[in-house]
Amino acid sequence: MTVKDIVEKFGLKVYSGASGLGREVKGGYCSDLLSDVMGFAHEGSVLVTLQAHKNVMAIASLKDLAAIVLVKGIKPEEETADASEAEGIPVLGTSEQCFEFSGKLYDYIEGK
Amino acid sequence: MTLQFNVEGGDFARAGYASSQIKKILKEIGVDPDVIKHVVVALYEAEVNIVAHAYHGVITADIEKEGIRIVLDDAGPGIPDIPRAMERGYSTASPEVREMGFGAGMGLPNMKDNTDSLDIESVVGKGTKVTMYNKFE
Ligand SMILES: Nc1ncnc2c1ncn2[C@@H]1O[C@H](COP(=O)(O)OP(=O)(O)O)[C@@H](O)[C@H]1O
Ligand SMILES: [Mg+2]
Repeated sequence: MTVKDIVEKFGLKVYSGASGLGREVKGGYCSDLLSDVMGFAHEGSVLVTLQAHKNVMAIASLKDLAAIVLVKGIKPEEETADASEAEGIPVLGTSEQCFEFSGKLYDYIEGK
Repeated sequence: MTLQFNVEGGDFARAGYASSQIKKILKEIGVDPDVIKHVVVALYEAEVNIVAHAYHGVITADIEKEGIRIVLDDAGPGIPDIPRAMERGYSTASPEVREMGFGAGMGLPNMKDNTDSLDIESVVGKGTKVTMYNKFE
């Protein structure tokens, strides 16, 4: 499964980092606490979060995350989008809130 | 090989720079990816602690055959009670810092969990020196 599959399945907005749509998705992680993501998210995960500032991209890059999904229609800050382009890690968006989107993503990734 | 980086307090835009440089180098020299993951988690947290809690600091990384030793030496307020600071959830971070998703009080516990040894020395009113070591095998 790639990031592109998720974008198409859920009609997500692609804000930036489209060059990374082919990245492989191995799982998901949902958190707004950066130390929690840093300590516990796995490589290849899609991060579902409210955090739209640049540090979330630093973490995505350090942890080799597959993509970031901003919930509730939140848009990335300009510096975040720039870093996403540079790193080739997509920043995506949904209008749904975290619980709703994560539930659907979980089912999709787990093949239910 | 010795690498040095300066870190400025409050400069969140650059937080993680040293971690990403060291990650790159460890990858290049063929260090076990699992070891790199641990080093990156611990170093990022330590780097962010200088940004969030201190005035400025210097990171010195010594990459040897057997492992990597990283010293983070900062000028800052210091830590009055180190065992307390090590507790998961303990944080003195400002509301602004918390709003960014930092300040969960998980940094020092993450550092402990991701290093083979972690040593913290601190003088209140002067600064903090964190020394961490990760073996390569
Ligand atoms: N370099 C430092 N200088 C001064 N205080 C520090 C430093 N590192 C950690 N601390 C203190 O230890 C507390 C716990 O640190 P940590 O576990 O990383 O949590 P957080 O950074 O989320 O607050 C901090 O809130 C702060 O009071
Ligand atoms: Mg911290």
